[in-house]
Amino acid sequence: MSLGIATLWLSVIVLIPLAAVVAKSTDGGLGAFWDAVTNRQAIASLRLTLTMSIGVAAINAAAGTLVAWVLVRDRFRGRGFINALIDLPFALPTIVAGITLLALYGPNGPLGVNVVATRWAILMALLFVTLPFVVRSVQPVLMELDREMEEAAVSLGASSATVFRRIVLPNLVPAILSGAALAFARAVGEFGSIVLIAGNIPFKTEVASVFIFGRIESDAVISAAAVSVVLLLLSLVVLVAIRSLGRLGHGGDAADGR
Amino acid sequence: MVVDRRARIGLRVLALAYLAALLLVPVAVVFYRTFEHGFGFVWDSITTPAAVHAFWLTLEIALIAVPLNTVLGVITAMALVRSRLRGKVVLQTIIDLPFAISPVVIGLALVLVYGRNGWFGGWFADHGIQIIFAVPGMVLATIFVCLPFVVREVEPVLREIGDEQEQAAATLGASRWQTFSRITLPAIRYGIAYGVVLSMARAIGEFGAVSVVSGKIAGETDTLTLLVENRYQNFDVAGAYAASALLALIALATLLLMLRLRPRKDQA
Repeated sequence: MSLGIATLWLSVIVLIPLAAVVAKSTDGGLGAFWDAVTNRQAIASLRLTLTMSIGVAAINAAAGTLVAWVLVRDRFRGRGFINALIDLPFALPTIVAGITLLALYGPNGPLGVNVVATRWAILMALLFVTLPFVVRSVQPVLMELDREMEEAAVSLGASSATVFRRIVLPNLVPAILSGAALAFARAVGEFGSIVLIAGNIPFKTEVASVFIFGRIESDAVISAAAVSVVLLLLSLVVLVAIRSLGRLGHGGDAADGR
Repeated sequence: MVVDRRARIGLRVLALAYLAALLLVPVAVVFYRTFEHGFGFVWDSITTPAAVHAFWLTLEIALIAVPLNTVLGVITAMALVRSRLRGKVVLQTIIDLPFAISPVVIGLALVLVYGRNGWFGGWFADHGIQIIFAVPGMVLATIFVCLPFVVREVEPVLREIGDEQEQAAATLGASRWQTFSRITLPAIRYGIAYGVVLSMARAIGEFGAVSVVSGKIAGETDTLTLLVENRYQNFDVAGAYAASALLALIALATLLLMLRLRPRKDQA
């Protein structure tokens, strides 16, 4: 019985609305769908979203692993505080994340730099909201890693760099990849943290979600739905990829979803 | 890993500098900017009629969406763990979708179903119920974005505890409800609590999806996050900072709750 309720609940809340988006996108026929998706402004926004999200995933893979390593293997005062702070981007509303970055890197900021309406602004906003993903997926793996292998390698004369590259990193790869994939998925759809800081200039700093928002506001619903379908497909591909990564990583156990 | 001292400190400085530039310093600057005109100014700014209305509306939406999601989230988690069924992979993916879908797309989806020209919108309009550009639509958007949290926190705990105790209780003549309330519920309570905390934070902080379906009717469908945007766009930067600081304090409270609940949740 609980399965029936669950299915009904998921259908009403998630599936039917998403089906409506897909249906709307082809309301004017496949030709209209194709025209909406290949509209120059739409293409520019999708391309910007993709490049930014790939960049964000890559930076997170490196920076997130670094932060996780420092939190697990290093000992310094305030480590507990920093560890707690990592989750702040999950707890902080996205619009506040945008305001926060504006306060430091916007006009009249104390540093005298102004990133508003540049692609740097988008990059920073995305890095802010995706910060926890790689850290939180790598951290537990690093904690459980057997130190004996590393010590054996060192006693056999391996340098720190070699130990990291040949022993630590291979163990972390599944966790880094699934964290980076989650960061990518989040970056593709991000809206709140970007909308105030990016300036939303078509062809320059307008990401896909902001483009869709603009289309909804100007009642171009079919076009909004068509670009939404592209984003939906991207989300699906990433989710399926994460699930298969999760199976690789913890031997059949499903990915945590965060 | 045996890393020499200099490399270790170098890595530490690098990691902390990254976190400082991205997280710590910006948040500190927002709080400084908020309170530079004094606490009285902030208090006045978050107690204007519009702000008070936004605060209560935010709370109202969260208090409808989160309990609904909690009850149905537990049911969904039970269904996923306890029933044998092919196609569970599909259900799993559907549950994760709200994490991966753009909030704007979620808003659009709801407009297309419940809006004036939407699939069911006409029927509701005929019965005098407005959903889009009104509070019900904002509640639906919030339910959508918060859907995965409770399921994802409760599911692993259910898997961990197994169903032997439940079966023992059933053998001894306990009804299904007794089994659930005496055996299952106590075991998953910290998982539920953790999921509720995450859901509340997301519900209070949601912006994109709510923004699309709210219609932004000032003094009527403004939540706290919409108020922040509204004030910023109208060049009331100090007011936007004040409302942001209020939301940031809620986020910090959430963080503290997460810290306290996590060890208990992991013990379960």
